[in-house]
Amino acid sequence: MTVATEHSQLPAPSLAPEPKALSRLAYALFSRPSTIFALAVVLIFVTVAVFAPFLAPYDPLAQSILKINRLPSAANWLGTDQFGRDVLSRMIYGSRNSLIFGLVSPVLAAICGTILGVVAGYFGGVVDRIISRVVDLLLAFPELLLAIMIAAVLGGGFWNVIAVITVAFVPGFARVARASTLAVKQEPYIEAAIAVGVRTPVIIFRHVIPNIAAPIVVLMTLWVASAIRLEASLSFLGIGTQPPNPSWGNIIRDGLNNLFGSPWPIIGAGFAITCVVLSFNLLGDVVRDVLDPEISE
Amino acid sequence: MTDSIIRVEDLGKTFRSGSSLSLGKPADEVRAVDGCSFSVNHGETLALVGESGCGKSTLGRLLLRLIDPTAGKIFFENTELTHLPAGRMRDMRRHLQMIFQDPYGSLSPRRTVAQIIAEPLDVFGIVRSRRERRDRVADLMNQVGLSPSFMDRHPRQFSGGQRQRIGIARAIAVDPSFIVADEPVSALDVSVQAQIINLMQDLQRQKNFSFLFIAHDLAVVRHIADRVAVMYLGRIVEIGPKKQIYGMPQHPYTQALLSAAPEPDPDRKARRIILEGDVPSPKRVPSGCSFHTRCPIRQDICSVERPPLREVATGQLAACHFANPFPIPVAKAVPVVPA
Repeated sequence: MTVATEHSQLPAPSLAPEPKALSRLAYALFSRPSTIFALAVVLIFVTVAVFAPFLAPYDPLAQSILKINRLPSAANWLGTDQFGRDVLSRMIYGSRNSLIFGLVSPVLAAICGTILGVVAGYFGGVVDRIISRVVDLLLAFPELLLAIMIAAVLGGGFWNVIAVITVAFVPGFARVARASTLAVKQEPYIEAAIAVGVRTPVIIFRHVIPNIAAPIVVLMTLWVASAIRLEASLSFLGIGTQPPNPSWGNIIRDGLNNLFGSPWPIIGAGFAITCVVLSFNLLGDVVRDVLDPEISE
Repeated sequence: MTDSIIRVEDLGKTFRSGSSLSLGKPADEVRAVDGCSFSVNHGETLALVGESGCGKSTLGRLLLRLIDPTAGKIFFENTELTHLPAGRMRDMRRHLQMIFQDPYGSLSPRRTVAQIIAEPLDVFGIVRSRRERRDRVADLMNQVGLSPSFMDRHPRQFSGGQRQRIGIARAIAVDPSFIVADEPVSALDVSVQAQIINLMQDLQRQKNFSFLFIAHDLAVVRHIADRVAVMYLGRIVEIGPKKQIYGMPQHPYTQALLSAAPEPDPDRKARRIILEGDVPSPKRVPSGCSFHTRCPIRQDICSVERPPLREVATGQLAACHFANPFPIPVAKAVPVVPA
């Protein structure tokens, strides 16, 4: 009856085994051929981007009047462009661009969007109304259109493109974070934290954000692909990465001038964009399946 | 009233629903808690019973200011909590803790048991070093009958009863003097309920804190309570020492509630008082005595005048016009025959 005896009698209860997220991830990755393909593509993509200076046969910026608009050959696998630059080397260096934009923008957008969404969802009231209306306003525009508008005002350049893509993605993260926060806020453990005396900022960072992280991470992985596509689109339109710096988008743009002479720059860059975007999307699906089983069911 | 640790005067909470944009249409008002006055004494357990939706959980949350009251005052010892600024209220939470109903939802799923139990210790700066922190957590886990070796596990690996023990360890970590327990065992299996109740009683004996024990299980209340308060539609209709409430309830609602409790002995068929109708919506509380729509002994006065809580026996208060103050034990009139 007393607790003292209960203590001594308490059998070491067998606890449920800790589910292993890593092994589930590994299973999800290697159980489908499509994701093995995607993983391979992403690995190649990252390797190429990291080791670009060692892999590229030529300087991507080196021009040569003698080698203008060449067809693919043993020396120039994808031919040369209108300035006589090696297209393959430009593509290899361009992958760095795509990788940086693909990773930096979604992460920045996730940070900003999550903060906005959590603040709106947790505090509610006027703060929520203001943030939600601004987010609705931004969401009313398609991402690309929004990016073009901002880029047209700010101009091109590395940081501007990062900012443009980030702003285009923030509303989506804010929406997801706000909705998840509204749900988590109702959980008894939030009330328990208040009852214990935990400060509001600590509650937000310790109890709210870790519990809404799964959908945010899923969204982030899915948007890596969108960021790469968006950067390529902006560069193609001439408001992204500025020439002479190589980017898959402006390789296609340059290739357009000599489409009928040599379609290979467009085919090469287009193929690279397609493969990488497709692969990141496939991997994003895997991450979603692992982290957020409810959405995928 | 130096004996009381918590005292509330005329406490009320009205929830307003309905959009502020719907002009013209008055917003719905729900009087979840209305005009409650009572106190909890040092080291005692006051049980709060009533049907679901009668406002007992809201009342418990009001006491800890997890919800802000719309009327009345709350005193903790000599401090008025009602309008305390957020920072000072947080300091007071060291003395006021809560055990929650839902052992699954009330523990953050991404934190380890040690992190959960140590949270109040960190908030109030009670432990200085990591080592001290782990020692305190291990000590608390022992006190609630959990093996400290499970300190770094996550709550999802524990059963409901074990989780409730974690919740109790968190509540007693800062040695509070008053704990609100909101139906702490109603989500548990019957076999586990007894263990948890005994654990709470033993801890109370060791640490001498006061309990506000919210429950709807009258058998549990009979076991743990010193005094019992009965709520109906946001109001306390009867309050008094356990023996008197169970032995001679004065309010017809208390009588009906007690008669509805299952009788374990099949030979002793209890006389059940079946109340007519349903509990009225708290949006439209009946006039006068809020119980008059269902009361078996109602009179005309009941729909007009609200009966105040008045003393009907030593320490026992009931809000009924017809509660018999200090009833003389009913004895058959024996004619006094002169010898």
